[in-house]
Order: sequence, then structure tokens, then C-alpha cells
Amino acid sequence: MFKEYNPLQESMFQVIDNHGKVINDKWMPKIEDKQLLKFYKDMLFARTADLQIVSYQRQGRIFTYPPNYGQEAIAAAAGVHIRENDWLVPAFREMGTMLAKGVTLKELFLYFMGYEDGSAFTKAKNTLPISVPIASQLLHAAGLGYAIKYSKKDEVVYGFVGDGGTSEGDFHEALNFAGVWSVPVIFIIQNNQYGISTPTHMQTASSSLAVKAVAYGVKGIKVDGNDFFAMYKAIEESVKVCRDGKGPVLIEAVTYRKGAHTTSDDPTKYRTKEEEEMWEERDPMKRMKAYLISKKLWSDKEEEKIIPQYKEEVDRQFIEAENYGPYPKEDVFKYLYADTPDDLKDQEHEYDRFLQWKNSKLK
Amino acid sequence: MKIMNMVNAINDALDIKLAEDKSVIVYGEDVGVEGGVFRVTEGLQKKHGVERVFDSPLAESGIVGTAIGMAVAGLRPVVEMQFCGFIYPAFNQIISHATRMRNRSRGKLETPIVIRMPYGGGINALEHHSESMEAIWGHIPGLKVVAPSTPHDAKGMLISAIESNDTILFMEPKRIYRAIKQEVAEGKYTIPLGKANLVTQGKDVTVVAYGAMVREVQKAIVMAKEAGISVELIDLRSIYPIDKETIVKSVKKTGRLITVTEGPRTYGVGSEISQIALEEAFLHLEAPPARVAGFDVIVPLPKGEHHFMQDPYKIFYEIERTVKY
Repeated sequence: MFKEYNPLQESMFQVIDNHGKVINDKWMPKIEDKQLLKFYKDMLFARTADLQIVSYQRQGRIFTYPPNYGQEAIAAAAGVHIRENDWLVPAFREMGTMLAKGVTLKELFLYFMGYEDGSAFTKAKNTLPISVPIASQLLHAAGLGYAIKYSKKDEVVYGFVGDGGTSEGDFHEALNFAGVWSVPVIFIIQNNQYGISTPTHMQTASSSLAVKAVAYGVKGIKVDGNDFFAMYKAIEESVKVCRDGKGPVLIEAVTYRKGAHTTSDDPTKYRTKEEEEMWEERDPMKRMKAYLISKKLWSDKEEEKIIPQYKEEVDRQFIEAENYGPYPKEDVFKYLYADTPDDLKDQEHEYDRFLQWKNSKLK
Repeated sequence: MKIMNMVNAINDALDIKLAEDKSVIVYGEDVGVEGGVFRVTEGLQKKHGVERVFDSPLAESGIVGTAIGMAVAGLRPVVEMQFCGFIYPAFNQIISHATRMRNRSRGKLETPIVIRMPYGGGINALEHHSESMEAIWGHIPGLKVVAPSTPHDAKGMLISAIESNDTILFMEPKRIYRAIKQEVAEGKYTIPLGKANLVTQGKDVTVVAYGAMVREVQKAIVMAKEAGISVELIDLRSIYPIDKETIVKSVKKTGRLITVTEGPRTYGVGSEISQIALEEAFLHLEAPPARVAGFDVIVPLPKGEHHFMQDPYKIFYEIERTVKY
């Protein structure tokens, strides 16, 4: 696959077209119907949750949130392959993979409501917290890869970044380290066409983002990130490469951020309606759904029936998060050090005295 | 005169310098088409052209590093760091080159760069968006660090910064980007960097603050007044160079000093100001200099941020303690 879709040839790996029709039999993954339906439903759940969060934000019930809308196939396909002991190194738009790892929606809600507890991931193994400084996390992925190789484990690291992130030095250092060390890391670039307002062609003069793999001597492939089957297959092959000790792999997943960069952003400032309409045709959910309907595995009716159930579940977890309670003062101080310095303890005690005084004043 | 908030005032300063000086170049992440995530550079690309106001690739080290090259070649880049927590990839370029080029070349090469950066907490932001790490920057030889507290000051100080031949970190307290509106003079004026502003005269205690903290102190002053305490407020405006003269004169008058800063307490700007008072006004002091400062912790996410932020109560608490000492 990596030979056939060599990034220097400028082709994009696709399996289905915009209408859900298989156009690449050779690489169509073999997935059982029941499984496939589960994957679709997981994606649908993630999209339902994502849209719901944006509306909570509009109601002032949650702070700034970066929507996944339109990019769900990438995170979902990674979520299918990632194993319990594999490492997830997210950026911040990978809800599907995080849920697959066992991060709960409630935790994501807590995070975006402003509680660090939302990054504790009590049920998800080997999952790093969301990383805000762009691309910095990819070096951690390379380091995790080294540790895996060193301890002769068969785990794989999934490291995510956006198109904008490929401009940061850390992106290049991570690919270089991972290449030199030949470690089991799958770097996935979610190329959603914009770094906030800046289009990908202003981030790089390269003909693609996948082509950057060539210079680092690692395998790379450009994939239609809105084609679940293509993403599924590309990641499946990448996992094989990694487990054979021939990693890392760089996947450019071509997609489109249908929503805003975050809820603070207004995309009408920098992109056209025509462009949005063009990408609407390529929506990953619509394409997969069209495939499922053509195989009589799914119907609009079933979808209409299930979405309210999903909404209810999302709401349930959201309300749980909303009732999480006040942020304990102790939590400001206690996680910084394994061995908290005395001076920091004094600062906390001084704060206690202040709070006592303040309460007496407010009485 | 025109009513402006700080966003308008900074935009106005950039507009004036872009119009007046062809060597001024404005760039950074999303500053062009979008006009910046806080809309500080809105309209400037349209007015001054894409060659002079533009979006850069997403790379802070790249932004500051290229600004050094431009500046050495005679341009005056004014670059934006999108948020205070994203400047660190550029740390190397600042500490290793921007602040050293003049010294290294024995005065032959200059780096007249302004690095604009929103900073500070209180806006319910995500991680890395709320820090006040000015002490780090104030510690770097060769760098000037300033933080305005009003639209009027922001405009005059930014024009001075762009005209300066030094590298300047221009820290913008984003919490009050739009919270304070005032009459701002139209056209060009400058406010010299390195000069503090005596905001309120008082006799019992000197409070030194800057950026968004000035407004918090003003609220505390109301509480102090009710308690019969007269506070003298100094807006430091410039973290480096530091206006010793204004501080020392005031401390000699009031005999007491409190510093109010958002950043972590240890090795902070407050410590430096206190030391100045100890060195230059020791015999006038009637109480130990006190610091209202952030705890030595990571700024908590929004739900816990109130534990960290300075509020008028914290400031008044310290005022009362210091006066009663």
C-alpha cells in the first residue's frame, strides 16, 4: 500500500466515493456487517455529542470548545484499531478515539467546563491528556515509541496533529526522531484545511503534507480522511508496519472542519459558502451511511430512532458533569509535585487564613 | 478624542505606524485575513496590504526568528504571539538571538522588534491561555518588557515600542481588552517606556501594580477608603526597565509597600520591587514590603481559577495587614 500510494506520486488513497460506492475493491477492508454497524453507530454517537456540546456552549453551560464536526471518520477509524495498551497521544479534536480508549464523555465535559479532573481518564489506559500547545505532543509520541521498543512490547502509539501543527518545529523533530529510532508510532495529521483562519497552502509550499514523510525517510500516505474505509485500511496497514518494527508511519488524513476552530471562532470571516457546500458532499457520515443503506444494513428511520437515545445519554453525562460541584482549594496545590515543597504548603495555609478573613468580612 | 477600548487603541497605534513608516511589518498567526483571534489587527491587512500585514505559518519560533532577520535588515517587525502560553517555542530565538544581536555585534546589528502577546487570566480560558510569566521575561538581559493598563497607555506605549531600536515584549492584559473604555487622543502620541504612572495619590501605603491588576487595586482602594486607609497607586507600566525613582519616592512618602502581580510569587516582579524599596528606602519603611501574587502553581482551569486570581479582597487584606503592622 505504501508503495502504491507513495506520497511522491500525489495520489490520495480512497475506497468509497462521495455516494458511498466502493471504487477501490483491492483495498476495501473486510469488516463484518455487525462490526461495521457498530463503527458507524459509534461515529454517530460522537457526532451527536459533538453537536450537543456546541449547543451547550451557546447556552453558556460550557467554556470554549473545539468541535470535531466533519472529521469524525479519522478519530473513529483510529478508535477501531487502537488497543487497550496502545498509546493515544491526542491533540484536541479526536473525540472518537478518546471515547474508544475509554475516556468518558463526562470527563471531556469536565475538561471543557474547566476542571482538570476531566484529564484524569480514570478508565482509559495509556492515554495522554489533550495537548494545547500545537504539535508539542508528537515528541512525546516518539518517546513513547522508544520506550515500547526498548521494553520489547508490541504496543503502537497514535499521535495526532492538525495541518497547522506541521509548521511547528516539534512536528519535524518528532518525525525525525521517530524515523532515526524506527519506532512504532503512527502520526496522523488531520488536515482539515485550516489552522484557525490560515489555509493549508499558507502553512507549507509542499505539494501535500504526506510528502513530508519522504524527507524523514519514513512511510507516508495521503488518505481521504472523510472515507471511513480508507482510514480503516490505512491505519490497519500502518499498525502492521509498526508491529513489524518498520515504523513510524505518517498519515495525512484529508478532511474538512465543518464547524469553527473553537466556539470562539467565526469561520465566515475566512471561508466561502461555496467551499463549505463542496465539502458537504464529502461528509464522512453521509458517505458511510450511503454505503450502509446500499447494503441494507441501516436506514434513515433507524437513525431517526437512535439519535434521541444518544442525545439522552449525552445529556445524562453532561448533567452529571454540571453537578460535579465546587473546585476544592486543595486541588490547586496538590498535584504539582510528588514531594510538595514547604513553601508551597505555607502558601496554601496563608490562603486558608485569607479565606477565613474574607468570610468574616462577608458575613 | 475618541472612545476606545484597548483593542481599538492597539489597532490604532499599529495603523498609525504602518501608515507612517514603510519599514513596519505586522505578522503572526491569523493576524491578516481574520484580524487576530482578539481582532486586534482587524482591517489592517485590507488597508496596508498583504505584504505588510499577513498570516504566518503556525510556528512561534519561526515568527520571532524571521523577525530577527527582518529587523537586522532594517525592517521593524511587530509580531503577534497568539496567547502567552504559546510563546515558548520562540523562547530560544528571544533569549539566544533577539536580545543578544546588538551586544554580540558590538552595536553593529540591531533588532527593533515588538512582540505583542495577550497575557493573564480571568477569561475562563483553556490551559496555556492564562499565565502571567513576566518575571521570566524581565529576567532576560537585552529585553524590554511592558504591560499597559488602559487604552490610552496601550496606544502611546505601543507607538514608543515600535519606534524603539530595542526588542520589546509588549504584554497585553487580555482580561481588560474590552472591559475598559476611555477617551483616547486621535493621531500620534507616545508614552515613554520605563516610566511608571502615579495613578492615585495617598499617604498610608504604596501599591504597585500593572496590566489588569491596576483595576483590581482600584476596587480595593474603595474598600480601603471605607476603612480609613489612604492608598497611593502606582501603575508600573514597564516591567523592564523599572522606574525606581517613582517607586522609591512614593515608598519614602508612605512608608509601606505592597506589590500586586498575577504571576507566581517566588522570584516574581513583586520581589524585585520590594528589594528596590529595601535598598533605597529602608529607613523609611514602617512595615515589611508585602506581595499579593499568584501561588507557585499552574493557573487552574476556569472552575478553579478564582482560587488563583487576585481579587480586591486579597489586595485589601494585604493593605489592612500592612497598615496595621
